[in-house]
Amino acid sequence: MKEVEALASAGESGTPVRFVGSGSKLHWGVPGDDGVQRISTAGRDRLLEHNEGDLTAIVEAGLPLSRAQEAFGEHDQELLLDPPDPSGRATLGGVIASGDSGPLRTRYGGPRDLVLGVQVALSDGQTARAGGKVIKNVAGYDLSKLYTGSLGSLGLILELSLRLHPKPPSTATAAGGTTDPDVLATAALELTKAPLEARCLDLRFGGGDGALLARFGGATPRAGADAAAKLMERSRLEVSFVEEDDEIWARQRDGQRSPGGLAVRVSTLPSRFRDLMTHCQDAGARLVARAGLGLAWVTYEARAPQEAAEAIRDLRRTMDPAPCAVLDAPDEVRALVDPWPRPADGPLALMRRVKQRFDPAGVCRPSLA
Amino acid sequence: MAVTSSDTSSNHLVARLRSIAGDGHVITQEHQLRTYESDGLLQYRASPRAVVLPGSAQEVQQVVAACHEAEIPWVARGAGSGLSGGALPVEEGVLIALTRMRRILDVNLDDARVTVEPGVTNIEVSNAVGPTYTYPPDPSSQIVCSIGGNVAENAGGAHCFKYGFTTNYVTGLEVVLPDGEMMWLGGPELDPAGLDLTGTFVGSEGTLGVATKAILRVVPAPEAVRTLVAFFGSPPHAGEVVSGIVSAGIVPAAIEMMDNLSIQAAEGATNAGYPTDAGAALVVELDGREDECEERFDAIVSLCREAEADSIRVARDEAERALIWKTRKAAFAAMGRISPNYFVQDSVIPRTRLAEVLGRIDELADEHELRVANVFHAGDGNLHPLVLYDGHKEGEPERAEELAGLIVKACVEAGGSITGEHGVGVDKKRYMPSQFEEPDLAAFQRLRCAFDPDGRANPGKVMPTPRLCGEVPGPYRRHPLEEAGLAERM
Repeated sequence: MKEVEALASAGESGTPVRFVGSGSKLHWGVPGDDGVQRISTAGRDRLLEHNEGDLTAIVEAGLPLSRAQEAFGEHDQELLLDPPDPSGRATLGGVIASGDSGPLRTRYGGPRDLVLGVQVALSDGQTARAGGKVIKNVAGYDLSKLYTGSLGSLGLILELSLRLHPKPPSTATAAGGTTDPDVLATAALELTKAPLEARCLDLRFGGGDGALLARFGGATPRAGADAAAKLMERSRLEVSFVEEDDEIWARQRDGQRSPGGLAVRVSTLPSRFRDLMTHCQDAGARLVARAGLGLAWVTYEARAPQEAAEAIRDLRRTMDPAPCAVLDAPDEVRALVDPWPRPADGPLALMRRVKQRFDPAGVCRPSLA
Repeated sequence: MAVTSSDTSSNHLVARLRSIAGDGHVITQEHQLRTYESDGLLQYRASPRAVVLPGSAQEVQQVVAACHEAEIPWVARGAGSGLSGGALPVEEGVLIALTRMRRILDVNLDDARVTVEPGVTNIEVSNAVGPTYTYPPDPSSQIVCSIGGNVAENAGGAHCFKYGFTTNYVTGLEVVLPDGEMMWLGGPELDPAGLDLTGTFVGSEGTLGVATKAILRVVPAPEAVRTLVAFFGSPPHAGEVVSGIVSAGIVPAAIEMMDNLSIQAAEGATNAGYPTDAGAALVVELDGREDECEERFDAIVSLCREAEADSIRVARDEAERALIWKTRKAAFAAMGRISPNYFVQDSVIPRTRLAEVLGRIDELADEHELRVANVFHAGDGNLHPLVLYDGHKEGEPERAEELAGLIVKACVEAGGSITGEHGVGVDKKRYMPSQFEEPDLAAFQRLRCAFDPDGRANPGKVMPTPRLCGEVPGPYRRHPLEEAGLAERM
């Protein structure tokens, strides 16, 4: 395999490499972190197995998520991953390596929960597999979790084994609006505590307006939306129903990005959304969040680099100790703040030891060492 | 008796352990050590040099640091209910029993998080947040098994087809690494900074360190639960219904199957009134929103009828539901009623290969002139073949062991795994090479070496052969001998 050989020879010569799928998230991280050499997965884009009866699939890392979903959809199945994908070309390898996720994370978990196995190439020329293709498996270490979200720092993901789920024939969404952040924060907490089993449960806030969105699939989507609506009304939200709901959920995904501006992912807890909304009000930012999970994306329109950096610092101070990862931002801003949240010293040293073992040549995205 | 230097150093260590945990919490008397010589898998026994029962995370840290200093291996143990020999002590090593660390430290329902010490039992977590919330992973041993053990083994349970495993519910772990360093991996939040070391640690079978606190995610308890048991002529026949349920887009909370031998054994234990001539019993449980549950449950009853189930029993109340589960969970323990001894396997297959693999197991059982009972998680293809034998009959234990091994291999050949929830431990490490190739095992060893370069945490488990960690390799450079074509690295 030419990618494996390319990585091995980069390892041998000590040449820093970046792994590239469609390139949609290449700008994440520190400026100029392009690697001397790029290794592309573009040529590895096959769907190797779709085991419909087992609800599993094995894909090559370069397969675009959108193409995979089309193939699964033909059998009324889906991979419950819907990160923002404006070009429609984001590859599965890139999505998993970046740990990116979307509103579907609410129901059955995120990338880390859906990867059953990996095959990876390492900088000393070795390839290795971990996990398997069955949905339940505890043999060996769970290297799938190690590589999910590793951002290309430990080697190249070649193949992924994935868990699929049945795709509901239809969906329905209850939307509850308010201009009052206190009302919104309280309503969000109430809804997350109810046993509704929503397919997605999001909130959005910004520009003086906020909403809580609960989407349902299964056999009785409208009944689910009705149940959510009742709780929303009780929490003093203005409720409406949306049966053709793809559009509003596409907007939620768009809200995780800010081309030309700033987008920061905040890993916090539901009880701290109120603080986050205050920050957004003060900073003129917008917020999209997974209400039950505590994951949020804050976006800011373009502003002067110093001002942008100060907004990010303020966000980090306000939300401390929540890790805040700068996703979209101009290079000038990235030069002023560390785009990645910094682990505590103990785990950071351990991560470095892990990297030394899996990337002995130290060439896989060395900026993350 | 001659006193060797190793005796002196281990006596010194025992004194250290006593000063850390207190005299009453260090066991060295042979008859007391016996309590700890096996976990739930009784065929493996080893007596440690000492058992220490620390009362706090700080004490665990000091114990591990003392072992590191004395260069003595150690094994962490929770309730000792594991089924792979994962908590088997190391002779001349220390066993760290975490049973005294049983505090629930924090319950935060706004954020759906519970922080516990490792000795807290699985059921205590659900009890602490019930009845409005629940902790989904539910191994059959949930009344006794501990969260620390669940984390080490990535415990599953009957409801993991819908809800997932321990790893999907652990967001943070306070751990002590084998060199005695203590740190938090992850925290209450999802997606922490850097690599997902929490997810990497879960399921590592005590070989990367010991967890001293765990932050767990809990979920709102389902509004409704509906349960039925349907009886069929054979497991493949019941398996067709499972396929029908899955292809109808239904994700039941649990789908469990028992074959005829298991039904006989379990019925003897619980007198649930199951037909002892039935070929298979299929337990299906749905949970969720009331309306969704009703609609889906009706669909499942129809599927069972269409498949010409011999009979269908729908639980009308919680007592009837409890009896169905009691009977299912009794199957293992009840095997003693039909066989003096048995080996439990934990292999997984792609669910669609069920009929084929069960056919193969029958063939193998006939060839070995032994009986195999099957009780399994049918939704996710996790079989628990129980190879029945009589330990007093000459040659039978060996034949049974060989048969168990062949069953594991048949499952791997069908695209499955050697273990779905019990872990590799000592019991299944010899099967690792049937599922993984040498470079895969070498990659596992890379991880191990990053956490435990001296190999002192639970040595002799998981990996099929002992391995040492080399120095951290520097950037790869060709050796002059390689350049000259005189030697190759591998």
